[in-house]
Amino acid sequence: MDLLSIILVIVYLMATGYLGYLGYKQTKTAADYLVAGRSANPIVMALSYGATFISTSAIVGFGGTAASLGMGVLWLTVLNIFVGIFIAFVFLGNPTRRMGHHLDAHTFPELIAKRYDSRLLQVLCALIIFCFMPLYAMAVMVGGAEFMAPIFHISYDSALYIFALIVAAYVIAGGLKGVMLTDAMQGAIMLVGMAILLVATYGRLGGVTEAHAALGALKDQVPGFLKAIGHQGWTAMPKFGFAEPGLAPPGGVAYHMWWILVSTIVMGVGIGVLAQPQLIVRFMTVKSKQSLNRAAAAGGIFILFMTGVAFTVGALSNVYFLQQEEIVCQVVDDAALLDAGADGKGKLALVPANASDEIKARAKRFVAYRLPGASDDSPLNYVLWTDKMEIVQGEGDAPDTLKPRLIAVLRSVGPGTTLQGNTDTLIPAYVRSALPHWFGVVFMLTLLSAAMSTMSSQFHTMGTALGRDVFEQFAHHQHGSKSIHVTRFAIIVGIVVALVLGKYVRGNIIALATAIFMGLCASSFLPMFVFGLFWKRMTKPAAVASLLVGFLTSGFWLLFVNGKTAGGLGLCQAWFGKPNLVPADWSLTWTVVDPIVVALPLSILTAVVVALATKPMDKAYVDYVYGGPKPQA
Amino acid sequence: MVLGIESPAVWLAYVLSLASAVLCVVYGIVHWNKGEEPVKKEDVDWAKEEKTEVEDAL
Repeated sequence: MDLLSIILVIVYLMATGYLGYLGYKQTKTAADYLVAGRSANPIVMALSYGATFISTSAIVGFGGTAASLGMGVLWLTVLNIFVGIFIAFVFLGNPTRRMGHHLDAHTFPELIAKRYDSRLLQVLCALIIFCFMPLYAMAVMVGGAEFMAPIFHISYDSALYIFALIVAAYVIAGGLKGVMLTDAMQGAIMLVGMAILLVATYGRLGGVTEAHAALGALKDQVPGFLKAIGHQGWTAMPKFGFAEPGLAPPGGVAYHMWWILVSTIVMGVGIGVLAQPQLIVRFMTVKSKQSLNRAAAAGGIFILFMTGVAFTVGALSNVYFLQQEEIVCQVVDDAALLDAGADGKGKLALVPANASDEIKARAKRFVAYRLPGASDDSPLNYVLWTDKMEIVQGEGDAPDTLKPRLIAVLRSVGPGTTLQGNTDTLIPAYVRSALPHWFGVVFMLTLLSAAMSTMSSQFHTMGTALGRDVFEQFAHHQHGSKSIHVTRFAIIVGIVVALVLGKYVRGNIIALATAIFMGLCASSFLPMFVFGLFWKRMTKPAAVASLLVGFLTSGFWLLFVNGKTAGGLGLCQAWFGKPNLVPADWSLTWTVVDPIVVALPLSILTAVVVALATKPMDKAYVDYVYGGPKPQA
Repeated sequence: MVLGIESPAVWLAYVLSLASAVLCVVYGIVHWNKGEEPVKKEDVDWAKEEKTEVEDAL
C-alpha cells in the first residue's frame, strides 16, 4: 500500500473514531434528539437512512449483476427510489412512527406483536429475522471482501476475515447505537465516491450518450450462455415470454433472463425493501412528519447516486473491458490450461502437466500474469485467451501489456469460477483497472462505510430479535440483564454465521442472497405490516395466517421449485432424487420465477380473506392501537 | 433513441430513475414546512426507553 492510501485510511478511521466519541459524549443518536424534542438535520437523517439502506451488496453485487444483465437493472433503481424512498417516507413512515411511539414498540416484531396483541407473532417474526438475516449480512460481507482482495493483493479468504474483523470492531465499539453523525459521514463518503465513479466512467467513455451508444453497439458480443436465456444486449431488455409447457432447452430456457431480472432482481429487492425490519424501525426515531418530508428529498438523490450509478457503471464496464482495458503486468504463461470438468459446468481448475490428452483437449486456454509489485510467490492472475487478445511484450525489464478484449462477464472467468464467471468481482475489477489507485482506496472506504452502516443495523436487529423479542417473551421478565447477554450472543452468532457462509458460498452470490432475504421479508411481513398500519379490520388470525402462508410458500419455492436455490441447496435432490419439483410437462420458466411472484399475492389474499372471515379485534383495543387510550385489563 | 439508448424499456428506466429522484426533491421542498407536530409525552417516553433499554443493552 502506498503512502497516500495509508494516509487516507488513517484519516478515515480517525474521523470515524472521533465522531463515535462525539456520539458518546454528546448524546447524538436519533433517540437523543427525540428526548430533547428536537429533530436531526434532514440531510443528516437522509444520509444516515441511506447509508443503512445501501450496502456493498447493492454496489458490488447488483453493480456486477448489471455488468452481466445490462442497464435493464435500472428498473430496480426506479423502485428503490419510488418505493423505497417516496412511498416509504411519504406513506408508511409517519403511521409507523405514530403507532410505534403510542404502543411503545422498539423493534419490528414488537410493533407487530402490540398491533395484533400477539406474542406468537413477535416470536415468529423475530425467529425469521434471526435465522435469515445472516444471509443478507453475508452478502454485504462478501461484497466488501471481493473488493478488498484485489486492491490489496490478498486472498479472498484473508479479505473476508479482515473485513469481518473491522466490522466486528466497529460494532463492538458502539456502531450498533447508530450514532447519526457517524452514519451520515459514511453516507457522505458514499455519495462522493459514487459521484466520482460516475463522472470518471462517463468521462473515460466519451460522454453520456456516447457511452450508452457504445454499449448498445456491443450486442453482438453477448456470450452464448447469456444469449441462450434471452439476453439481447446491454441496453435492451431480455426477451419476454413464458416457455411452452414441456419444452426442453434451448426453447425451454429462452425467457429465463427476463424472469431473473424482473421477478428476482427488480421485484424481489424493489418491493422487499418496504418490509426490512431495520429500516422500518428507523421511522420510529423520527420526530415528525416534517422530518420525513424533508429527508425524502435528500433520500431520493442519495439512492439515485448509489444504485443508479452502480448499475449504470456496472453495465458500461463492458465497453471499458472490451475496448480499453490494458493490463500492465508480467506475462508468466500465455497458454495456461484450465478445465471445468467433463460437462463444462464445474469450477475451473489448473490442468496439471501430466493430465490426460482428453482433459487437455477440452480445457480452456488462459494467460497467466503477475501484476507489478506482486512477489514471485503470490498467486497468479488469469485471463481467458481469445484470438482478439493482444500481448505487447516489454523490452528488457519493462513490463508487458495485456489487452484482453473481453466483455465484463468473461473477464471475470478464472480459477474457482465456472465458465460463466463471477459477476461479484466485476465492480472491484473495473475500479482497480480503469481508475487511479488512489480512487481504489477512496472507493474501498466508500464500501467500508456502506458495509459498516448497514451491518451495524443488521446486527442490531438480529440481536434485539433474539434478546428482546424471543428471550424476554419466554423468560417472562421484562428487560432483564440476562436478555442483554442473549442480545450480545445473538450478535456474535450473526457475525460468525455470516462469515462462515461468506467463506463457503462464493460466486454470483451477493445479489441472489440479498434478493432471497428481501423477498422472504416482503412475502412474510409486508401484508400484515401495511394492513396493520391502515386497516382496522385486520385481525390477529389473519396476520398469523398471512405470515405463515408468505413464509412457507417462499420457503417451499426456494427449496423445491426455483432452479438456482433448490439445485444449490440440494435438499430436493436428496429427498426426491431430482433437482426441483417442477413437473416435466410444465414450462421450464417456472424454475426461474421468483418466490415473491407467488408468495406475496398469496400472503395478501390470505390476510384479506382471513381478516374478513374472522371476528374483528376488540374495539377498545383497536382504538388504542390507532391512538386511543389504553384499555383497562 | 434517448441518451444513446435504443430500447424504450431501458431508457424509460433511466429517465424514470431521474424522475423519481426529482419527485422526491419536489415533494420534499413543497412539504418542507408541513407536518410539524408537537412532541408528545409518549414520543419522549419512547425515546427515553429506546436509550435506556435498547441502546444501552447494545
